[in-house]
Amino acid sequence: MKAAVIVFPGSNCDRDVAVALEQAMGKAPHMIWHRDTDLPDLDLIVVPGGFSYGDYLRSGAMAAHSPIMTAVKAQASKGVRVLGICNGFQILTETGLLPGVLMRNRDLKFICKDTLLKVGTAASDFTAGYSQDQIINIPVAHHDGNYFADTATLDMLEDQDRVAFRYCDSDGATNEAANINGSQRNIAGILNENRNVLGMMPHPERLIDPLLGGTDGVPMFKSLVNALA
Amino acid sequence: MKAKVHVTLKNGVLDPQGKAIEHALSTLGFNGVDEVRQGKYIELDLAETDPAKAKAAVEDMCKQLLANTVIENYSIELEG
Repeated sequence: MKAAVIVFPGSNCDRDVAVALEQAMGKAPHMIWHRDTDLPDLDLIVVPGGFSYGDYLRSGAMAAHSPIMTAVKAQASKGVRVLGICNGFQILTETGLLPGVLMRNRDLKFICKDTLLKVGTAASDFTAGYSQDQIINIPVAHHDGNYFADTATLDMLEDQDRVAFRYCDSDGATNEAANINGSQRNIAGILNENRNVLGMMPHPERLIDPLLGGTDGVPMFKSLVNALA
Repeated sequence: MKAKVHVTLKNGVLDPQGKAIEHALSTLGFNGVDEVRQGKYIELDLAETDPAKAKAAVEDMCKQLLANTVIENYSIELEG
């Protein structure tokens, strides 16, 4: 698998995800600066977490218009897998690669903690390593993770089996109490129509080694390697 | 020519910050305040002198960057 991580001014999870990718694929990914306009031949592009451009105007709004994003959009339309984590998810919604928007958390607080997620679909190259409805533990760290889309879009996401992850409790219930940030229908991650783009607020790259407290993030990177190697 | 752009949340989109402001106002004793909505105000100085062209350009700016039209409305005022 050939992978690249896009680096914006203010990205701060780029190196974490590079470690996760290297662990899964056995070699380091390309690190691509946001001012670059060309991408090498790739199977996977990661748009990492952080605070690109200081979250000015809206989270992800500035990065969405970075020179490199034109190339990312072109690659995505050709079927190259694109994974947006946290700020990466915000950037992918701002570019229009994914529907909806990530608003300020319902309780206005920055949330940084381990969070239980229910796997909404295992039918993608990102989530094939999990099983449907599996409960996994993945940390979140965000201020703007409150997923919003209109009812028609939410219905479409559900009808097309495009909700990858939902916030849940330890019994797997996706109720209001488990909805950490006020997201519509507890949505934590979604796929695009062609299932080659995934955006998610939680950080799988932060749980890839027992030393970090768990390994529930590992199956995502292994799934990608299995599908694309 | 100066353009003044107001970006506001669409009706029906929950505004947690507006709610918090509303709550704080009521704590301060300002009663009878309802439906507080927070938005953004952006000023632009434009080289363009033709009002129609300026308006069209700012419309484009709003659609492409200044507002996220999934959740936000915008209004444009031109001056000078």
